[in-house]
Amino acid sequence: MTAVLPSASRARPAPSARRMLPYAGMAVVVLYCLVPFYWMVVSAFRRPEDQFDNAALPSPWSIKNFTAVFKPDVGFQRALLNSLVVAGVTTVITLLVGTLTAYALARLDFRFKNAVLGLIIATSMFPGISLIIPLLKLFSDIKWINTYQAMIVPTLSFALPLAVWNLTAFFRQMPAELEQAAMVDGCTRGQAFRKIIVPLAAPGVFTTAIITFIAAWNEFIIALSMVNKKEMQTATVSISKFTGAYGFDQPFGTQMAAGVIVTVPLVIVVLIFQRRIVAGLTAGGVK
Amino acid sequence: MSTTIAGPPAARGRRRGDVRGSGRLAGMLLSPTVIVLALVVGYPVIAAFRESLYQRGEGLDANGFVVQGDKFVGLRNYTDIFTGPNSGAFWNAFGNTTFFTVVTVVLETVLGVTMALVMHRAFRGRGFVRASILVPWAIPTVVSGLLWRWVFQADGIANAMIGRQVLWTTEGFHAKVAVIIADTWKTAPFVGLLVLAGLQVIPREVHEAARVDGAGAWQGFWRITLPMVKPVLLVAVLFRLLDVLRMFDLPVVLVGLHKDSVETLTMIAYNEATNLRYGPAAAYATILFLYVAAVAYAFVKLLGADIIGDMRQKRTPRPAPPKKKRLTVPAEVAA
Repeated sequence: MTAVLPSASRARPAPSARRMLPYAGMAVVVLYCLVPFYWMVVSAFRRPEDQFDNAALPSPWSIKNFTAVFKPDVGFQRALLNSLVVAGVTTVITLLVGTLTAYALARLDFRFKNAVLGLIIATSMFPGISLIIPLLKLFSDIKWINTYQAMIVPTLSFALPLAVWNLTAFFRQMPAELEQAAMVDGCTRGQAFRKIIVPLAAPGVFTTAIITFIAAWNEFIIALSMVNKKEMQTATVSISKFTGAYGFDQPFGTQMAAGVIVTVPLVIVVLIFQRRIVAGLTAGGVK
Repeated sequence: MSTTIAGPPAARGRRRGDVRGSGRLAGMLLSPTVIVLALVVGYPVIAAFRESLYQRGEGLDANGFVVQGDKFVGLRNYTDIFTGPNSGAFWNAFGNTTFFTVVTVVLETVLGVTMALVMHRAFRGRGFVRASILVPWAIPTVVSGLLWRWVFQADGIANAMIGRQVLWTTEGFHAKVAVIIADTWKTAPFVGLLVLAGLQVIPREVHEAARVDGAGAWQGFWRITLPMVKPVLLVAVLFRLLDVLRMFDLPVVLVGLHKDSVETLTMIAYNEATNLRYGPAAAYATILFLYVAAVAYAFVKLLGADIIGDMRQKRTPRPAPPKKKRLTVPAEVAA
C-alpha cells in the first residue's frame, strides 16, 4: 500500500512546509492590504523637507504635516465638521426610515415583495451622475447649492438601499417565534416590534449605522458637485483640493496627514467591530 | 385553479406573520423608503431623461442679452454624442470605462478568490487578516487616490522600486495602469471577503467526498469549490461591475479631470454639467444609466446572478425554509 497515489497533489511535501504555506499566503494578503496604508502613515510623519525620502521609517519623526493640515486657512476642521454633519444626518435618517422597511421586508408577507426588494437593490446601483445632474439643476433653482441638505438628500439614494439591505438580513436572522410569543402574550405587532425586536436588533442596527456612516463619509462626487464654497466642503473634497504652500507643488505630505486623520478613526472602528461589519457586508450575498 | 389553492395553504402558511392587515401594515412600513427613493432616485432618473432632450438656449436676443430657457431638441444631444464633432471624446470615455471595467473586475475576481482560498485554508490569525482586509475598504476612495498618486509620483516609491522613471499620472497608457492598480488594491480584498463568506458555508464533507473519489486539488477547485461559491461570486462580481462602470473619484484624484487616458463616462458627464450644459450632461448620464442597466440585466438574466437570494418571498412556507429552490406549488397543492 505504499504505492504512489495517483494524484500528484496528494504526494505531500514536508509536513511543516505544507502547514506553513497558508500562513505565508496570509502574510502576503496582509502585506498587500496594509503596505500602501503604512506608506501613507509613514509619509505623513516625515518632515516636509524630507518628504521624498523613501526610507521605511521617517527619520526624524515629525508632526509638521499634521499641524499644516490644521492651519486656519486650510479650513480642515470645518471640513471635518461638515463631513460629520452630512454623514451623521444621513445615517440617522437612513436608519429611521430603513428599519421600518427592513422589518416589513423580513417579517411580513405581502404582494409585490420581490418586486420591492429588487427595486430597492436596483436603486443602489444607479450611477450617481444620472441623479446628480437633474438634482444639481433643481438645487440651483431652489437655492440649495452650498447647503447640507443638498449633500444629504442625494446621499440617501445609495445609503438607504444599503441600510435596508443590511437590516433586512439582520431581521431575518432573528427567530420569528420571539415576537409571535409576545403577540400571544397580548402585544400588538407594533408593541412587539418596539419592545422585542428593536432591542434585539440593536447590534444589527449599530453595524448598519457604521457601514452607512462609512459609505456616506467616503462620498465624493455629490459633495463635489453640490458645493462650491470652501466652508461647506466635506473632508474628502477638501483633501482633494489642498493646495501647496509652494505654488504648483502638490502638498503630498499634508494630504497624507489629512488622509491619515480622515481614515484612522474609520480604521479603528472597523478593527473593533470587524466581526460584525463582515457579517453585515456579506449579509445580502450569502446565507 | 388559483381559487382552489388560495384557501388552505395561505391559512396554513404565513408562518412569518399574521395574514390580516399584513398588506396594509407592510404598505405603511414600506412607504417612507419608497417615497424617499422615488424622490431621490426615481424623480432624478426621469428628470435626467427629460433634460437630455433639451438644450440650453444660447442665443442672444435683439438687445444683446442672453436668452434664458431651454429648447426642446429631441434626440439631438444623443446624435451629437454618437456622431457629432465631439463624438471622439464620448467613444474614448466609453472605451476607457469598458476597459477599466473588464480589466479591474477580472483582476479583482482572480485576486479576491485567491485571497479567499488563502484565508479559508488558515485556521489561526483569520481575524487579523480579516481586519487588515477591511482597511482598504474603509479608506475613502479619494484618500486612496491621493495615496496612489503619491506612490506613483515621478520620484515616488513606485519608480524607486522598478528603477525607472515613469510619469504615471500623466497622459498615456501608464495612467490607465495606475488607475487599475489603485482600484484593484482597494476592492479585491472586498471581493475576497464576500467569497470567503461563500466558502465558509460549503460543508466540509463535500471536499472530503471529492478527495475520496480521487479528485486533486485543482479538480476540486474547478468542480466543487467554484460551482458552490458561484452564487456569491456572481453577486460580488455584479456589484463590482456596476461600481466600476460609474467610476469617478479615483481617476479624478489620481490623474485628474480632462485627461483623455482615464476619462470615464461619469467624468465626461460631470464636465458637461459643471459647464452648465445640462442637456448633453444628462444625455451622457442617461447613456451610462442604460449601459449599467444593460450589464445588470445581462448578468441577472444570462448568468443567473441572484441578488435577492434567500430574501425572496417563498410561495409555500415550509417548516424548515429550504435553500433557493421554490416548490412548484400549484400542481402539488391542487393534487
